[in-house]
Amino acid sequence: MQQDHPMTRWERFKDNDIVWSFLHSPGAIVAAAITSIAILACLFAPLIAPFDPFDPSQISLWDGKLPPAWIEGGQPQYLLGTDNQGRDMLSTILYGGRLSILVGLAAVCLGMVLGVTLGVISGYVGGVTDAVIMRIADVQLTIPGILLAILINGIGRAFLPLELRQEFAIYVVIFAIGLTDWPQFARVARGATMVEANKEYVQAARIIGLPGWRIMLRHILPNTLRPVLVIATIGLALAIIAEATLSFLGQGIPPTTPSLGTLIRVGNEYLFSGLWWITFFPAIALVVLVFAVNLLGDWMRDALNPKLR
Amino acid sequence: MTDLLKIDGLDVEFPTRRGTVKAARGVSLTVSPGEVLGLVGESGAGKSTIGNAIIDLLEAPGRVSAGSILFEGEELRGRNEAEMRRIRGDRIGMIFQDPQTSLNPLMTVGAQLVETIEKTNDLSATKAEERAIELLEQVGITEAKARLQAYPHQFSGGMRQRVVIALALAGDPDLIIADEPTTALDVSIQAQILDLIKQLCRQRELGVIIVTHDIGVIANIADRVAVMYRGEVVETGDVAQILGAPEHEYTKSLIAAVPRADRKLDRFSSVDYIEGGTKPFQRIDIQTHWLGKSLHDRRSGAAIEVENLGLSFVLQKSVLKRNRKMLQAVDDVTFTVAEGETFGLVGESGSGKSTVARLIAGLYRPDAGNIRVIGQDVVSSPRSAAAREARRALQMIFQDPYSSLNSRMRVLDIVAEPIRFYKLTSSEAETRKIVGDLLDHVGLGAKAALRYPHEFSGGQRQRISIARALASRPRILICDEPTSALDVSVQATILNLLKDLQQELGLTMLFISHDLPVVRQMCDRIAVMRHGRICEVSETETLFSAPEHEYSRHLLDLMPRMDLLGSARA
Repeated sequence: MQQDHPMTRWERFKDNDIVWSFLHSPGAIVAAAITSIAILACLFAPLIAPFDPFDPSQISLWDGKLPPAWIEGGQPQYLLGTDNQGRDMLSTILYGGRLSILVGLAAVCLGMVLGVTLGVISGYVGGVTDAVIMRIADVQLTIPGILLAILINGIGRAFLPLELRQEFAIYVVIFAIGLTDWPQFARVARGATMVEANKEYVQAARIIGLPGWRIMLRHILPNTLRPVLVIATIGLALAIIAEATLSFLGQGIPPTTPSLGTLIRVGNEYLFSGLWWITFFPAIALVVLVFAVNLLGDWMRDALNPKLR
Repeated sequence: MTDLLKIDGLDVEFPTRRGTVKAARGVSLTVSPGEVLGLVGESGAGKSTIGNAIIDLLEAPGRVSAGSILFEGEELRGRNEAEMRRIRGDRIGMIFQDPQTSLNPLMTVGAQLVETIEKTNDLSATKAEERAIELLEQVGITEAKARLQAYPHQFSGGMRQRVVIALALAGDPDLIIADEPTTALDVSIQAQILDLIKQLCRQRELGVIIVTHDIGVIANIADRVAVMYRGEVVETGDVAQILGAPEHEYTKSLIAAVPRADRKLDRFSSVDYIEGGTKPFQRIDIQTHWLGKSLHDRRSGAAIEVENLGLSFVLQKSVLKRNRKMLQAVDDVTFTVAEGETFGLVGESGSGKSTVARLIAGLYRPDAGNIRVIGQDVVSSPRSAAAREARRALQMIFQDPYSSLNSRMRVLDIVAEPIRFYKLTSSEAETRKIVGDLLDHVGLGAKAALRYPHEFSGGQRQRISIARALASRPRILICDEPTSALDVSVQATILNLLKDLQQELGLTMLFISHDLPVVRQMCDRIAVMRHGRICEVSETETLFSAPEHEYSRHLLDLMPRMDLLGSARA
């Protein structure tokens, strides 16, 4: 494949096996479409949503507990019905989804940065450093993630003064979930690092005399990102679920700023009164979002693993 | 004699997204019983594809698109999987390249043999075991009965390959396809395995197809040869005729490129037929160029001094010292390399030669002994400024051109890394100019700088490695098997490049190889290593004409016979 001119970045991008594999995998395209539509819809919720669930002037308790528009008794302006406080379900789901996705992304980023940093150091330096870092990770993995998140979340809240708890609840949740999933990233990054560190290009860099941090940053890190990316995608789905679980248990985001989990929890109380839509639609939104992200992660794992191609 | 196997006009294609690749085009071959057919060619020539096509084991998208494969008069194409499985087990045996991976590590050798025998011969378990013992004895494994209980990891590489051969013989086949059967093995074992295959072929009237890139193997074992080039058979004939008086241009250059062991030449015979993409050298005036500045402070004396060097690896960890299992990889090694000299380190795999190179390069710390680079002790205080300075004068070229370049960096950034890190230039423009000059100098052309490593072939990547090594203006170059992963035609051009650079820049070179003919052409002095120790250090010509140590003689005896290669290389 020799050409007279080096390829432009766009040509190289199109030529990339991953991009090609994506364009030839219908499942991945559908999953990516759903994910991006969901993410865009949630991010631009203030522009799309018919109502603002945080604006008291738009909420009327008289409109509370209305069924979806197509069911008798529903009103056309509330497509998916309203909740117990009279908020439009569709708008609340969009706003709630926005929060869930933001929390998920932030938590995964935190876990990834922490885990990859520790994993690369662990794999490259080895010895005692490696043993200490990985034993901490092992110990943490023996505790079920959600329990640990509840614990960290609880401790985090306890340290905050009462008046700040509501305001900082989101950050505490992000912190709790992020601290819970770093060992996954650390393990993957460490494994990839140990493979790369034995390759001759790393030895060549050492012979040039480059210091360890530079080798880790410039040579090893870029070559370990593929498996990390796969974990991150699947981790995003898990983080969204973790947030929903925390909120469902009343440990996460306060009901005044609803996330998908809070919505499901609130709706749960009305489930047996026949008001199924309050919990059903947020739950469907959560399932579709997580499913699409997971599909994307699965495809990415296959596409990035040359052995499965 | 009737043909055992007759392939006629075989086309194999691999549909890919960039269009269909024809891996074989109109290949016609015949094999008779009791005959060894050598299928020789360089990587990508399609020789393994032919072997796999015969037994219907082509890799995923590959398919036979035309031609016929007649085996004992029957067409093999278009058989269903069940029929092909019978044929593969009973009538055609396969021997693969790597005995490490072609045996199941979790089953005893006996269990694997008995399983295969039961499947193919419908024998009872006890009969099958007797047969297994018989087979192991035939392939030259002593105490066969006891060995049945052993696991593959308890066997050496050569023994394992014998077991693989026994497995191939289990169904009493008429044809054996051996795909690079000795490439993963040391020379001394290679000779034994080839003898065994040839002997089995004669005794049992087997047809054998041996697929290899190594002309030496062909010269030793084959009766007839088919030379493949880019998916086509360019020449077929008797081994003496092909190797002695080849007709096709490709065969001629292929044979000319095989380094000769019988005498020393100034340069390797150049091969103009094959490697594309290398531009003619652009000579730079070394005396005035940036690269050459290090010439001025050249001293005469020792470049590398190694004294009583020792290193052992832990094989089995244990808290108690006496329970640890250690491997003495390097044991009391002492030698000196003079400035400007090319010093060869030869030995079989596991002899510790690469470990010595990595010790000198500072990748491992020795347990014992001392290393001085240009007079500077680099062991006792490896982090001192003086030791770092000395180490910088030393660069290394690695064996595997695919893993020795970071695939996520542009060639420019790869080559410029030492220049930028040590701030050897005052501006980025100057750095780019120097990288361009370096790439020109190794025959790639300055334009290569903006590409990524995957756009280059193995030989070209090795040139990039050389450019990177030169970028920090080294005085010493360690070459660890720099060409053993390359095709023979490319090998010649890389070795010539190294020779030229050494002369122009006055480099000291430590050249590590298992390939004696190559070492003879490259080196002034040679150390022979075995089991971590040095057996002998001699002048090259002395070693080849009158080796002192018994092991050196043994190695020399094992060099592939090349007496068939006659007029083509004169």
